[in-house]
Amino acid sequence: MSLHDLTRPWAAFSYGFLDAEAKREMRRKLIKAIAVPGCQMPYASREVPIARGWGTGGLQVTLTLVNPTSVIKVIDQGADDSVNAASIRRFLTRVSGARETWDTTEASLIQSRHRVPEERLRADQVLVLQVPNPEPLRPVQPNMSIARQMHADADYARLWLVLYEQIVRAGRIMQGAAYPSMVNGRHVMTPSPIPRWDVPKLNMAQHLTILSAGREKRLYAVPPFTSVVPLAFSDVPYKVEDHAALTCARSGLSGYFMNEIPQAAGGSAYETSDSNLGIKAIRRAGGETVEIAPTWYQGGEFRP
Amino acid sequence: MSAMQRLAPVLMPGAPLLTLSGVSRRYGAVRALQDVALTVWPGEVLGIVGESGSGKSTLLRMLNLEDTPDAGDYRLALPESPGNLFALGRFARRQLCARAIGIVYQNPHLGLLMAHSSSGNVAERLLIAGERSFARLRARAREALEASEFPLSRLDDPPRDLSGGMQQRVQLAKAIALEPALLLLDEPTTGLDVSVQALVLDTLKRLQRDRRITMVIVSHDLGVIRTMADRVVVMRHGRVVEEGLVDQVFQDPQHPYTQELVHAKL
Amino acid sequence: MPNCDPPHAEVLAVEGLAKSFRMHHLDQTLHAFEGISFRLLAGEFLLLRGPNGVGKSTLLRTLYRSYLPDVGQIWFNHASGRIDLARAADVDIALLRRREIGFVTQFLVARPRVAAQDIVAEPLRRAGMAGDAALAEAQRWLAAFGVKRDLWRAYPTSFSGGEQQKVNLARALIQPPRLLLLDEPTASLDVGARAALVARLAELKAAGVALIGVFHHPGDVAALIDRDLMLSEKKVFDVAV
Repeated sequence: MSLHDLTRPWAAFSYGFLDAEAKREMRRKLIKAIAVPGCQMPYASREVPIARGWGTGGLQVTLTLVNPTSVIKVIDQGADDSVNAASIRRFLTRVSGARETWDTTEASLIQSRHRVPEERLRADQVLVLQVPNPEPLRPVQPNMSIARQMHADADYARLWLVLYEQIVRAGRIMQGAAYPSMVNGRHVMTPSPIPRWDVPKLNMAQHLTILSAGREKRLYAVPPFTSVVPLAFSDVPYKVEDHAALTCARSGLSGYFMNEIPQAAGGSAYETSDSNLGIKAIRRAGGETVEIAPTWYQGGEFRP
Repeated sequence: MSAMQRLAPVLMPGAPLLTLSGVSRRYGAVRALQDVALTVWPGEVLGIVGESGSGKSTLLRMLNLEDTPDAGDYRLALPESPGNLFALGRFARRQLCARAIGIVYQNPHLGLLMAHSSSGNVAERLLIAGERSFARLRARAREALEASEFPLSRLDDPPRDLSGGMQQRVQLAKAIALEPALLLLDEPTTGLDVSVQALVLDTLKRLQRDRRITMVIVSHDLGVIRTMADRVVVMRHGRVVEEGLVDQVFQDPQHPYTQELVHAKL
Repeated sequence: MPNCDPPHAEVLAVEGLAKSFRMHHLDQTLHAFEGISFRLLAGEFLLLRGPNGVGKSTLLRTLYRSYLPDVGQIWFNHASGRIDLARAADVDIALLRRREIGFVTQFLVARPRVAAQDIVAEPLRRAGMAGDAALAEAQRWLAAFGVKRDLWRAYPTSFSGGEQQKVNLARALIQPPRLLLLDEPTASLDVGARAALVARLAELKAAGVALIGVFHHPGDVAALIDRDLMLSEKKVFDVAV
């Protein structure tokens, strides 16, 4: 009997980079997170070949969900072509054999930093949001043990207090991104630093959203057809950014969330933040046949 | 010659608001409370006096459901009749405290968010109770602060920028914002300048007169108790040693300890 | 008047009342009085007499339960029955003090920042009279006791002793109690206020209020007095075992 008889020849044993045990833990935590919408589930956040804080949480979820038939889109602040988005996308396709795309309508798995695509997501798509700080109570309760107890008690008065004081001090709500939102009427989550513009897209959506913080080792989810309601006073309505009237300097699109590009001569130009939507619009204008899915906002108005 | 045993109340209509019985609490070897019983009727102000370590502040913390005794029964006559409050879980306690019990601590850091606005401190109470209209929050916070005679020009200043007397007024406004059935005052004027102390007591007295709030006030200062309370309980070593009408306990104290206390302090 | 009793109805029956003060730090007992028994009918005015220090004020305060008696009974016929004030619960005493038993001393417990007219009106408001009516009545009594109009809305904490006493009397006498205890109410009063007091006492007596008083100069109220109770010097110090 030799060593050769006792062992098998070498073969790659870990599809999608993470080992089977790691994925099993992720699957369990994902199921839990889906079962209790908006509730943060701790997980063992493995090492992946990018630095903590650069999307490791989202990456671990995507690596767990990916399979060879997946079509992967990765966006960073709405753009598919930023360095981070490109590196993560290339890594994902290399370890999974899945196909990559920039087109939102084509993707089955979308990993995103700080944006939800403008085109309406479908029931067969999964959105994975990278989360820097998963705890909405952190600004009002630095002690995480007490914060967990507050979640257990649905004790969110202090979050409302923050909003109250913003109105008192500034005359309006100053919370721009990561707007605290009540999920399924029970848990308040931070929807990751997406703009206020994007929060309504999570409410009663057809798609599944998973939010994952690698450094903080917590993940949570918004299952399909689950309510996501931004905290707002009954007499001070929730307002999204005032972008409805802005026009994209490159694509001519208007009524979508824009990036502001300060100009050397002063003033600002605007560009569609969802870069692929802009590209599609430019190509369509150039005479190509381009499919653009219905968008959540039409004419700058959210259409549920 | 000791005084005669007093009879049970026969003239008071209705039932006591607060009934506490058989409350004992040990912390290690220290017997902080031993078989303490209290009854407070609606609209009454009960004073609790005693020296440091007599158990009076521990007792008040029990009344605020911040701590659970080793034994004892605590009932408040509230519409939903919640039974023995010591038997309630954390969540139910929190809800009940927010709605039915207000407290003013000696140390404002215990009762206030020092970096938030004063009106926000009051609004938080209302938010806990589910108020979700900004205009109503603002109006009710302002009203409670006004009733506590807090200067409205400083409505949104954080308590850390306020004087001790003003901080107590913010605590008071927060405590009364939800019109609690019971208001607990733990040495509310201790540590304040004498003139400020008089003004805060005056505000309390005025509130009591206008709103008939049932109060339990703990103080080691007999002057405060005499100004505020209808009846007084004297505590020593975790026990109630004497109980009676304020004028009676201070003019005709029965227990040797009360006599010492009254003669020492008056 | 709400507490009007039929004439000759018994208001108070004191039986075998004794009061001593146990002074623990001296290990001594000071006997104030003992064996006090008397009855008091509605509309009667009882004068407590005796040399200084004999325990007249102590007896009044014992009846009011500022002092706890040692033995004996103080049967009081209140609006809905009979109760022994010597043993009644503290809250019952507090209730009777608000509604049926008045006590007038020469000292006003003034409260800061409460106007004189509000102090006087308070018993009426507590009894359910509307704010304006109570205020008007309070002003009438302040005027009757000679408190100047411009002081009505001021805080009595800053008043002189005499003015404070007038406010005190107006408050104590505005609402007829069933039993009124008077401890030297005429001290520090000027002639006009004294006359107003005597007139009011006569009115109360006629309305059936039972009165017990200690007066330095009983001459002021001589016409109202029905009976007197002489307290004799019988003060004994015991040294307990």
